[in-house]
Amino acid sequence: MDQGVDWRRNKAGFLAVLTPPLGWLLLFFIVPMAVVWAYSFGTNEGIADIRISGTFANYARAIEPLYLGILAKSLAFAALATLVCLVVGFPVALAISFAPANLKTWLLIGVMLPFWTNLLIRTYALIALLRDEGIINNALGFAFGWAGFEPLRMMNTNFAVLVGLVYVHLPFMVLPLYAALDRLDRSLLEASLDLGAGHIRTIFAIVLPLAAPGIASGLLLTFIPVLGSYLAPDLLGGADSQMIANVIERQFKRANDWPFGAALAFMLMYLTFIGIALQSLARRKRERE
Amino acid sequence: MKEAPGLLDYARRWPLRLVMIAVGLFLYLPLMVLIVMSFNDSKRTTHWKGFTLDWYSAVFRDTELVQALLNSLTIAAFSTVLSVVLGTLAAIALWRFRFGGRTVLEGAFTLPIVVPEICMGVALLIFFAKVMPWPVGLPWPLNLGAIVIAHVAFSFPFVAVVVRARLASFDRSQEEAARDLGASQWRALLDVVIPHLRPALFAGALLAFTLSLDDFVITFFTAGPDTVTFPVKVYSMVRFSVTPKVNAISTLLLLFTVILTFIALRLQARTESERKA
Repeated sequence: MDQGVDWRRNKAGFLAVLTPPLGWLLLFFIVPMAVVWAYSFGTNEGIADIRISGTFANYARAIEPLYLGILAKSLAFAALATLVCLVVGFPVALAISFAPANLKTWLLIGVMLPFWTNLLIRTYALIALLRDEGIINNALGFAFGWAGFEPLRMMNTNFAVLVGLVYVHLPFMVLPLYAALDRLDRSLLEASLDLGAGHIRTIFAIVLPLAAPGIASGLLLTFIPVLGSYLAPDLLGGADSQMIANVIERQFKRANDWPFGAALAFMLMYLTFIGIALQSLARRKRERE
Repeated sequence: MKEAPGLLDYARRWPLRLVMIAVGLFLYLPLMVLIVMSFNDSKRTTHWKGFTLDWYSAVFRDTELVQALLNSLTIAAFSTVLSVVLGTLAAIALWRFRFGGRTVLEGAFTLPIVVPEICMGVALLIFFAKVMPWPVGLPWPLNLGAIVIAHVAFSFPFVAVVVRARLASFDRSQEEAARDLGASQWRALLDVVIPHLRPALFAGALLAFTLSLDDFVITFFTAGPDTVTFPVKVYSMVRFSVTPKVNAISTLLLLFTVILTFIALRLQARTESERKA
């Protein structure tokens, strides 16, 4: 593979091209993140001052049962939502990748379009469906009103949050799955079917193992954004369905305890880094094989 | 006459069709309800009470909402231009040059894509509060500067990824030919490499524009009381009161997104047919 020219042969050109983006990244991303990290070891002094005292008190508080519980709940929400996305997204990706070319384009647009629309609008749109006098309850009431139907309470519950998380993140799962399934060698599937395996068996024995790298990247691409979700639990959830991002927001906007908020934010960062490290380990292992 | 589905024609087998229809409904029913309700002549219920355009005129009479939309579009425009320039430079630097730590730098440039939004939001909140306060009381649109900076920081890495992918298909011998024929390296870059990149630049620009227009969480932490963007304004409307105005403005934005997506697809189709020709 072509590796480009040695930068020492054209120092001026190299610096001219690299300095603006690298400077932006350093000043407006790395430095702010480093400040949050430093704040996570800080103490509040007075109303507005924070001293970086090197204390671990914020982290100690972050692993108190209350906050550990919220972290565990966020992980559970993220795992469950990712799993539902996989179960729902896999057949969709399979159907798209085996569809005729012109239909395929339309189906892909169909999956992509919600992905391009505003996240806030999509989350808001769910409220009209899920609330007590919403479309679902109205329809059920119309159908079963004679049997004394009581509206289902869906808004402000964990169920609503899960629906919202799946609704928003489904395209994150379908697209990498589609990319993996589209590259499959069709003759292997035909061979399996010719030799007498049924469709279900072919999918489990041939398609899933071959698409495993795509499934792994789909899982990670879905899990990380779900874990940090703010809007779905905020707008759809109740008091007991708050996720880690909502707690972080509260520390900065309402409780005004920035060091503790910084420690919580970095708990989320550490989890994200673990996820990325696991995936790159898995990729390296595959490449060696 | 309909043929029986082929062996691998999964899209035409009924179990998968059923799943596709269910998922289609799941993805689109909420949006369709939203659009229908934006024409509903009723303030509270979800029952149909007759057709009206009142909510649309209410949207345009709401000066705060219009100002928020104007802010969002302005921020998106500035952020797009800066993101395309910075993202392209980053991609070219990583593609053109060989240097120690290139892999590390490549990873660093993708960090803003993978870091949870809430973390980047609080980081920029602290940064603009303590490290580099953005001057208050600047005239419009300069007062939007902090938000533009934040949006560029999370958008330009996406542009870099898109441009980098396109550069992989560039035939370096074309650039060498230009250099042999006497072009300076900058001329070769501008006249040979950039034209090859054009589709990626369009795609990157569109991506940056949508990301900026869409962003709620990071903006929520960097916006001040007089720099409210469209998603932040809609959030406060949704959070504190239910008004069908939100349905109307959402429908308008949906329409805008659909148009933008189709422009992108047309551009993509055109570059593909050019390549085949």
